[in-house]
Amino acid sequence: MNAWVRGIVTQRTGFQEGETSMKNIIGRKVGMTSVFTADGRYVPVTVIEAGPCIVLQRKTADSDGYDAVALAFGDVKKSRLTKAMAGRFKSAGVDAKKVVREFRDGIDGMEVGQAVTVESFQAGDHVDVVGISKGHGFAGGIKRHNFVGGSRTHGQMIHRQPGSNGDTNAGHTSRGSRRPGHYGVDRITHQNLEIVVADVERNVLLVRGPVPGAKNGLVIVTAALRPPSKTAAAQGAK
Amino acid sequence: MNVIDLLEREQLKSDVPEFRPGDTVKVYSRVTEGGKERVQMFEGVVIVRKGGGNGESITVRRMSHGVGVEKSFLVHSPRVEKIEISKRGIVRRSRLFYLSEKIGKAARIKEKKVAR
Repeated sequence: MNAWVRGIVTQRTGFQEGETSMKNIIGRKVGMTSVFTADGRYVPVTVIEAGPCIVLQRKTADSDGYDAVALAFGDVKKSRLTKAMAGRFKSAGVDAKKVVREFRDGIDGMEVGQAVTVESFQAGDHVDVVGISKGHGFAGGIKRHNFVGGSRTHGQMIHRQPGSNGDTNAGHTSRGSRRPGHYGVDRITHQNLEIVVADVERNVLLVRGPVPGAKNGLVIVTAALRPPSKTAAAQGAK
Repeated sequence: MNVIDLLEREQLKSDVPEFRPGDTVKVYSRVTEGGKERVQMFEGVVIVRKGGGNGESITVRRMSHGVGVEKSFLVHSPRVEKIEISKRGIVRRSRLFYLSEKIGKAARIKEKKVAR
């Protein structure tokens, strides 16, 4: 998790021109369940405890070379912070938080100290959710690349082996060849997930379907980069 | 309490009557047909009651024009308007799948006499 605690800037363009509300939020994946929607459907959802986030810093092209907003999220003991981070919070006059992330979109009018809550999301919105996928260690081709593998029986001696390694005349393994190796702990973005409920009282977002990462993992929810077009949505509703 | 437990608890109905497999119930569910919504009644024997929390479901079996029909309902679904008990049955197992192999008189269930 530490690898992306600092320094990664999220740059997306899923925002409409002139959109003011901040459709970016940092949260924690609580787990999954199913809920009934108002129209009686029973929908699988991921529960994300999101926000309230506080604007820690407003970066501008003049002072920092780019425009961004740094959001802070999650309770933390003060003694757990590095002095550098403590200093950032102190100079901003903001309570210390655990995680800081920068966002480049939908940041018009954001000021230091301002809070970002799930209020900016509505049921029916489409969002992209970023998380760090579960670690699988050193995984074989079947788990890692959906290889089929060999037959367990019928005298075969190739069961879970990856098979051919490619052209022997080439004299080298072609680039990007799918082999066993480390799998998981990657930054994964799931696009166009539907918000089922945005619970302002409890700071909870219910997102339809699964979300990358383990329980208690950090997730970032932003407005969908490529939301389904309205005509497609209308057809889907029919 | 855990947020997930809270969310599930909120969706539970408080007015679900006590019933078990073997009982005959009337299930009133809302169905949408041709853009119109109406309440449909389905009466039959509860042959399975499974799951917990807001995902609890029952399977109800009835004979319809000589054909056995089984229908599953989510007990806590907002589309299920209400569940009424019409008969109490005496059965000795929790899954009454054997009913589907029996026809006519053999498919009867002993009725429990309820004190009025």
